[in-house]
Amino acid sequence: MPRAAATPRRANQRDTGLEDAELRERLAYTWGRRPGLIGWLTTVDHKEIGRRYLVTAFVMLALGGLLAAIIRLQLARPEQHVVGPDLYNQIFTTHGANMMFLFAVPVMQAFSMYLVPLMVGTRNIAFGKVGAYSYWMYLAGGVFLWVSFILDIGPDVGWFAYVPLSGPQYGIGKRADVWAQMITFTEVSSMAVAVETIVTVFKHRAPGMTLTDIPLFVWAMLVTAFMIIFAMPAVMVASTSLILDRLIGTHFFNPSEGGSAILFQHLFWFFGHPEVYIIFIPGTGMVSAIIETFSRRPVFGHVAVIISLVATGMLAFGLWVHHMFATGLPELGASFFTIMSMLIAIPSGLQIFCWLTTLLTGTPVIRTPLLFVFGFFFIFVLGGMTGVMVASIPIDLQVHDTYFVVAHFHYVLIGGAVFPLLGATYYWFPKITGRMMSERLGVWNFWLAFIGFNVAFFPMHILGILGMPRRVYTYQTDVGWDGLNLLSSAGAFILVASFALFFFNMLRSARVGPLAGPNPWDAGTLEWLAASPPPPHNFDHIPFVTHATPLWAERDSLPIVSGISVNTREILITTLADAQPEMREASPDSSIWPLIAAIATTIAFIASIFSPWAAVWGSALIGVTLVGWFWPKSMKEDEE
Amino acid sequence: MIRRLACLFILAGALSGCRDWQSAANHAGAEAERIWSLTLTFTIVLGLIWLAVMIAVAIVIRRRHRAAVSLHAAMLDDEKHRRNSWIVGSLLAATALTVAILTALSFVTQRPLFAGRAATAGVRLIGHQWWWEVRYDGATPGEMFTTANELHIPVGTPIRLSLESTDVIHSFWVPSLAGKQDLIPGHNNSIELLAQRPGIYRGQCAEFCGLQHAHMSFLIVAEAADAFENWQAAQRAAAATPQESDRAKGAQVFVSKPCALCHTIRGTPAGGTVGPDLTHVGSRAYIGAGVLPLNMGSLAAWIADPHGLKPGVNMPPVHLGPDELNAVTAYLIGLK
Repeated sequence: MPRAAATPRRANQRDTGLEDAELRERLAYTWGRRPGLIGWLTTVDHKEIGRRYLVTAFVMLALGGLLAAIIRLQLARPEQHVVGPDLYNQIFTTHGANMMFLFAVPVMQAFSMYLVPLMVGTRNIAFGKVGAYSYWMYLAGGVFLWVSFILDIGPDVGWFAYVPLSGPQYGIGKRADVWAQMITFTEVSSMAVAVETIVTVFKHRAPGMTLTDIPLFVWAMLVTAFMIIFAMPAVMVASTSLILDRLIGTHFFNPSEGGSAILFQHLFWFFGHPEVYIIFIPGTGMVSAIIETFSRRPVFGHVAVIISLVATGMLAFGLWVHHMFATGLPELGASFFTIMSMLIAIPSGLQIFCWLTTLLTGTPVIRTPLLFVFGFFFIFVLGGMTGVMVASIPIDLQVHDTYFVVAHFHYVLIGGAVFPLLGATYYWFPKITGRMMSERLGVWNFWLAFIGFNVAFFPMHILGILGMPRRVYTYQTDVGWDGLNLLSSAGAFILVASFALFFFNMLRSARVGPLAGPNPWDAGTLEWLAASPPPPHNFDHIPFVTHATPLWAERDSLPIVSGISVNTREILITTLADAQPEMREASPDSSIWPLIAAIATTIAFIASIFSPWAAVWGSALIGVTLVGWFWPKSMKEDEE
Repeated sequence: MIRRLACLFILAGALSGCRDWQSAANHAGAEAERIWSLTLTFTIVLGLIWLAVMIAVAIVIRRRHRAAVSLHAAMLDDEKHRRNSWIVGSLLAATALTVAILTALSFVTQRPLFAGRAATAGVRLIGHQWWWEVRYDGATPGEMFTTANELHIPVGTPIRLSLESTDVIHSFWVPSLAGKQDLIPGHNNSIELLAQRPGIYRGQCAEFCGLQHAHMSFLIVAEAADAFENWQAAQRAAAATPQESDRAKGAQVFVSKPCALCHTIRGTPAGGTVGPDLTHVGSRAYIGAGVLPLNMGSLAAWIADPHGLKPGVNMPPVHLGPDELNAVTAYLIGLK
């Protein structure tokens, strides 16, 4: 929001004793961004950055979906020549890497970036400049991958990039480096958001919001943030060592020089398995939020759901070897990972039982978001069941690296994350844009997605049993996979149609949808207290929270906190457990440095796949921008 | 019930014109049979649980609130809380019990899989981009021989294969006989095959290994002990010297052109080890690791333009005149 005509400024004006309208105007002025392009480039507002994240992630979804459509065209009939093997390998690698690193993780972090500060009742995310930096890094990583793909140097080694295939001897050209460096970009950006989320949830909550009062969606994002911090370094070690092997001849993964090809797999999957939960746990948070609102009661077993989120997050780090059962590990070691993989069914089951109890004891009102949650139950639970199957070593040895596994993880990820995400989009769209999405198109959207998904992916279970391996660019007619592949491709195009309808609904509703008002669903959590779309400062008054669903508990008037500055960006810091007010702190103002630092980092990252020296001068370049970033500024109070 | 489910899978295959020779459902090996019955047990138990969850969802949908303006005040107090906690608690205990039982079943099934790992392998299998080198061991050098992309095994006798790779990671998988096992450079793996009935079973590389991962298949021919002995004896022999004039000319072309730099034909000067051993190439069913069934036409097409059939294959195009091509093809196809 552009800064309004200057209002007379007084030192340390507090929000006590101001008329509502004047308070709103002054806060909007203080928290708003500068006008014009400069304002757009310098903003540190979590809502603006969150929106950009969302739009970019949805563009990535559309692009990745396009590649999936080409894959299904190629595989619709045996021995087709829609694309050749070289392009096909780039396509399936880019599809996987894009969907995991550039769509699924960022889109969840986008919702987190937008919603967490609103849901915990604060005015911005912690370290706003880091948030801006993380978005620019994410954008640069996405552009880097897609430009490489268009230039025919897209990665062609699978999203997992196993050595030696991706190593210096077999992964010729720069394709594997593009994969490895794209990882670095997205890791930097997701680690940044993870740190912001944790600090916001721990220290910026509205007074009175104890740990158990934190909404389940926020809990889910908190657990996810911790998982990112522990999981992502492993893949950064893997991808950086790979670049070193390729660029300066270290032999981390070269067996003939004492390295190990298996080591790469351990590092990758130590990240790769938690990654699945990094995508799925936010989905469960969305499901909890939607179920709570549309069954008209708080989620049954709020604390049990929190415990199962935390348990899932921890167990997720003990399962990575079930991706490696065929590598010939000793029995005791492999069996441990079977048990761990099976155990994770217990917290997942607990969440599902709690949700079903909530729905059964509430008065469910079916709207599009809840439809997608029903779709989630159907698809995700099935994917969870096949997950129990692949945890068993003998069964996994048959279905590993076949279309059975392709079916399994699409059931888990599309069912467990994308269906909740679509539901969440219908649910929170009015908050973000101020307008409702079309309910009629939403119902069509749901049924097309539900039918298309199942027709596309269920046959893949059978294809896997019938022996069809993954990552093949074609197959022969004498193995009997023709009919099911054709069916699957037909389903895939129904799914494409459903996403086209989804995007159309969003674009149309953003312009002509009915106005929503602050709380169109009569939901209970704090984000619905703010106007839709929220003003730059989110809340005119910081609320005081007494219940996990404050808007339901205090229907008439929510207690508020007063005494916060209106002419400086001031936020309230509260204690970790009970959210007792501790102190007031300044929140960062707009700054161009995040953008400049991101440009410097991008230059360093891309140059360093060509020359090791780029890591040296690139670091110096980044260092200079960080000096600018942290250059001491006199506080406003000091000036006045 | 189990049989019916198995039929369903096979029917689904049959509908799509299936030969069913690369299917985990059509098991012909001891290991594959054990895995298949475990798979069916898991499918039934987990399918029933899934069905129970779906019934609960169906009840929710039936009981939905139908009022026109249906978003209204929410409930905060739940007097049935205690009873519901008991229900959720018992469901959780049931989940834990089911998980424990399934884990135990899985452990019982995996015992034989790990039991034989220390045994000595009689066959070495070496993965290459994108074909399979097969070396049969023997007590004396005269009993050893090398072939490619086609293994014969005796029915009823367990055969252990050692799995090696010299380039990238591949994975050996014959769904009808056993689960898969990776071939990893610098790492020793092995797998045991025990065919219970004679037949030809197709297998395929299951770990993404580059450009032609899709065309890296092989055949396992399980046959009676005497047939297997005969096959071994035939494979051990050097290639017969061709009698017909065109085949003799083909042999000449083979050793004078670049062919011999990469391929071995035992009994001739051709001794290259880059590509598959062709001593008895005519006895194999397929060309190019499963690209086409072997016959005069497909073999000639392969020699004339390997990249047309398998883009990216490591075999370079060799320029031969029409006569030379015919002669070489006739020579090779006759190497039974």
